[in-house]
This record gives sequence, C-alpha cells and structure tokens, in this order.
Amino acid sequence: MSRNNSKSWLYLLPAILFLGIFMVYPLIDVLIYSFEEGYNFASQTFFDIGWYNFSYVLHDAYFLQAVKNTFLMVIITVPLSTGIALLISVGISSIKPLRNLFQTIYFLPYVTNTLAVGLVFMILFKKTAYSDGLINLLINWFGGSSIDFIDGPYWAKMFVMCFYIIWVVMPFKILLLTSALSSVNQHYYNAAKVDGTSRLRTFTKITLPMISPTIFYLVITGFIGAFKEYSNAVALFGTNLNAAEMNTIVGYVYDMLYGDSGGYPSYASAAAIILFAIVLTITCINLLVSRKHTYYV
Amino acid sequence: MSGNRTNQPSNYHNTARSVTARSKAVHTVIYFFLAVWGIVVLFPFYWMILTSIKSYGEYNSEYIPKFFTTSPTFQNYISAFTEVPLVRYLTNTLIFTLATTAIMMVVITLAAFAFARLQFKGKNTLFTLFLSLMMIPNELVIITNFTTITNLNMRNTFLGLILPSVTSVFYIYLLKENFAQVPDALYYAAKVDGTSDLKYLLKVLIPICRPTLITIGILKIIECWNSYVWPRLITDDENYYLVSNGIQEIRENGFGRENIPAMMAAVVIISIPLVTLFLIFRDKIMAGVSRGGTKG
Repeated sequence: MSRNNSKSWLYLLPAILFLGIFMVYPLIDVLIYSFEEGYNFASQTFFDIGWYNFSYVLHDAYFLQAVKNTFLMVIITVPLSTGIALLISVGISSIKPLRNLFQTIYFLPYVTNTLAVGLVFMILFKKTAYSDGLINLLINWFGGSSIDFIDGPYWAKMFVMCFYIIWVVMPFKILLLTSALSSVNQHYYNAAKVDGTSRLRTFTKITLPMISPTIFYLVITGFIGAFKEYSNAVALFGTNLNAAEMNTIVGYVYDMLYGDSGGYPSYASAAAIILFAIVLTITCINLLVSRKHTYYV
Repeated sequence: MSGNRTNQPSNYHNTARSVTARSKAVHTVIYFFLAVWGIVVLFPFYWMILTSIKSYGEYNSEYIPKFFTTSPTFQNYISAFTEVPLVRYLTNTLIFTLATTAIMMVVITLAAFAFARLQFKGKNTLFTLFLSLMMIPNELVIITNFTTITNLNMRNTFLGLILPSVTSVFYIYLLKENFAQVPDALYYAAKVDGTSDLKYLLKVLIPICRPTLITIGILKIIECWNSYVWPRLITDDENYYLVSNGIQEIRENGFGRENIPAMMAAVVIISIPLVTLFLIFRDKIMAGVSRGGTKG
C-alpha cells in the first residue's frame, strides 16, 4: 500500500508542482503584495504594511474610468448577447435546411484571433483623412453624418466596443443554447400541441423553463467574462487604453504591472483583488437569483 | 369554422392551408434574421480578404470603399511575408502552441489517472483542493507569475512563455470523469495479467479515451494560438512574439501605419490555420466547446 501510495504521488507530482508554483503561491503572494506599501520592484523593498495601495487605486482617476467602462460593457453586452443568442438559437432550432451551414458560420468567431479580427473592425469603423470608412458610408446612406468610432466621442467608442464583444462571445452562447433547445423532451411540445397552446405560450411556459439552467450558466459566465474584458479593447483601440479612455479593470492591472506606466505590482495586486471581489459578489448574487428562478429537471 | 356540417371539409382544408401559409411566412422571417446575423458574422471576414487583395494605391484612392475589386493583387501577401517578421511570429506561435499542448496533455493525463484509478491517502482532500483552484481567475495570479518568471531570468524565452500554462485543473477534472467511466473490470484484468499501472494507462485507458483527449488538445491549441496577455507581459523582444503580439506590433510599427491592405493580408494569414482546423474538426470542436469551453 505504501509503495502504491508513493507511486500515486509520483503521477500527481508534475501537476502539483506546476499548480503550486503558478497558482497557489501567487495567490498568497498577491495578497502580500497588495498590503506592502511603497514596494520597489528593483530593490524589492517596501516601507510599511497597510491599506494604502487599495486607497491609491480607488482614488486613481484611471481606475475609476476603467471601472465605469467595465461596468458599462457588462451591463450592455451580457443581456444583449444572451437575448440575441436566444433568438438565433430558437430560429436555428425551428428550421431544417441550411441549419448546419448556419451553425458553422455562427461559430467562426470562436476560432479567430480576436486581436487580428479587431483590426478589421477598426478599419470598418475608423474615420481617416482619406476615407470615412464603410460604416460611416452606410450611415451617410441613411442620411446621418459621419462619426469617428475609434478616436471620436465616448459613446461611439463604447458602441464599437460592445458590438465587437457581442460579436466575439456570440458563438459560445448560440452553441450552448442550441444544444439545450435540442435536448428538451419532444413530449412536452406534443402535449402542448394537443392542447392547442399558442407558440408564445409554449415558448414561455415550456421552452424557457426547460433551458433556464443553460441561460443562467451563460449569464454567470458572461458576467465573469465581461468583467475581465481586455484584449478586445486592445484589438480596437491599441495598447494605450488610458489615452483612448477605454481602459478596463484588467487593463489597468496590466498597465500597473508592465509597460510605460508599469512597475507597480502592489497597485496591480490591489486592483486585481478589487476585481476579484466584484466578480465574486456578482456571481454570488447571480447564483442566489438563479436558484429562485431556475427549473431543474 | 362556424359553417354547417357540409361545409366542414372545405373549411378544414382552408385552415390547414392558412396554417401552412402562416408557417411559411414565419419560416421566411426566421431565415431572414438568421441570414442577417450570418452576414454580420461573415462580413468582417469578407472585408479582410477583399482589402488584402486590393493594391495599396487602389485602397487609398477609394474615399468611398468599394465592395469588390477588379484588379486583385497578391502583392500584399508578399509584403506580409517579406517586410515584417510574420514567418517568425507564426513559427514562434507554432512552437509555443505545440509544446504547451503536448506538455499539458502529459501532466493532466498523469494527474487524472491518479485521481480516477489509483488509491492513496488524502485523495479526496487533494481533489477538492484542485477543484477549488478552478475559481481562481488568471488575472489574480499573473502578477506574481510575471515576477517569478522575471526573477528566473526567463523573460523572452520559450520556457517562460510555456511553463505557467501547462496545467489546467478543469481539463484534469474533465479527463478524470472520462477515465472513471472505463469499467473497473478492465483494470483488474490487466492487474491479474501483471500489467503495470503505467502500461495500463498507455495501452488501455488512453486508446479508449482518445476522443476526449483529442477534444482537450484541440481546445488547448485554440487557446494557445490566440493567447495575448501572458505573451505580451513576458516578451518584449520581437524574436519571441506570438501572432497576437505580432499583429499588434505590425499595427503600431510595421508597414507604416497606413498600409492597411498589407495588414489585412497578415490578418488573413494568421486566421487561416485555426479556421482550417475548425473546418476539419468542426463536430469535435463544437462538441468539445459545449462540454468544456469557457470563452464568452
């Protein structure tokens, strides 16, 4: 038994080693960092232990801007993407011909490099000296005037940002909702048909309750994902997000850590812990709400 | 419907016809909206390919962008390969992706095997600990990892890029569940034959669970190919850039900022490998993502 015991640990050794070095230790370390005041990266010294890092971050205008941006992105993209994905999935599930083709097309954004495709979105929306860009052309056709979506007003940048986020997250949601819809037992629909139930009523009384676990799963993962938004913003607005007023909380963490404004792991840690606290709180609220409204078979 | 008895058949017929007419109308609306979203998804791809085959002069002379081109050119692709180190970015990404995926597969297979099959003290506690690590967001640990790798002098090396991402608790969990579904009888039969644990893992368990292993491998490859944040932190030497950082670099410094067609050619080249992988393994990838994907 003891020989077997030590052999088992041998199998686990690589995993434990990697997780220990790159997950467990950093977790403790990040807490320590966040309380070390005036930490100097070069000499690895600090002055004092306390809450100063948190207070600095919470009073930093860039951080507040990042929090505002992130919350806006979350509030706009999560309901919209989930709602549109639900409509599309219901649509896909009710057709036969071309279903496979549509599913394949809709999944494409999942396998693309978001930084690369973000560049395409940028040129579609950007207004430059020699061209207003395609989207502005469309706006002009409908009688509007051109707007610079990449370097222009805040709401325009936020619009492109949210549009791109939705474009990127849609494949995952459509995929999960379509497979949830196809796993609803056909008997329920047949029974509803026999009773002459209307389409809408069938949808709200049978379909929605049956797929509610998937919807809530998507809402929760959607919230978590949107709070960690970063690379999509870089894809559209470049690496200097503070200048573009489009920084996110995660972006703020990385800016504090590295780059021109970097070298402050203590501030970065404090910001990361604040982010984690926000995400944890929202996830708990989500779980409480979903327990009330989700129907599990 | 209120007609008398003699009218009923034709009435019934009418209702049936109006039902099919209505459902036809509904179907048309559904197809219309599905097509609209299809265009929204595909249009950026169309535009990137279209722009990549327009010449520099043609693109910049179009104040109103055109939806097609009459004189396609491959010059941009030549520029993409010769004027910026795109080949190096691609090679780096390939090395990074394959090495990370390969090492991870070994690490998680061994761990999942131990959890699924072997008996040892503290197994359940350890497994719970592993699972609880799933809640830890990457953003929280990346700060220290950055310091660790910097202190180990592994910035701008493949080791520094690879090491932090060679384990995944979630994939260990996924694989362990799959291993546990293999009947115990096979294990005991192997034991009776005097087969060692390792041989049983290699000759029996891995072949049986190949579909899951392939799915995990593909998901990891997609993740690696698109990874941006960690490589950006850990590399500032262009020789070690991956495609995501490469494209960012091209955008900010390569080609001269205005050469959009050449940039689009680079974007097309970077997108091709994964799109090809997807078209080949469509069903596997979609099934895998619906079981274990997390992006979104």
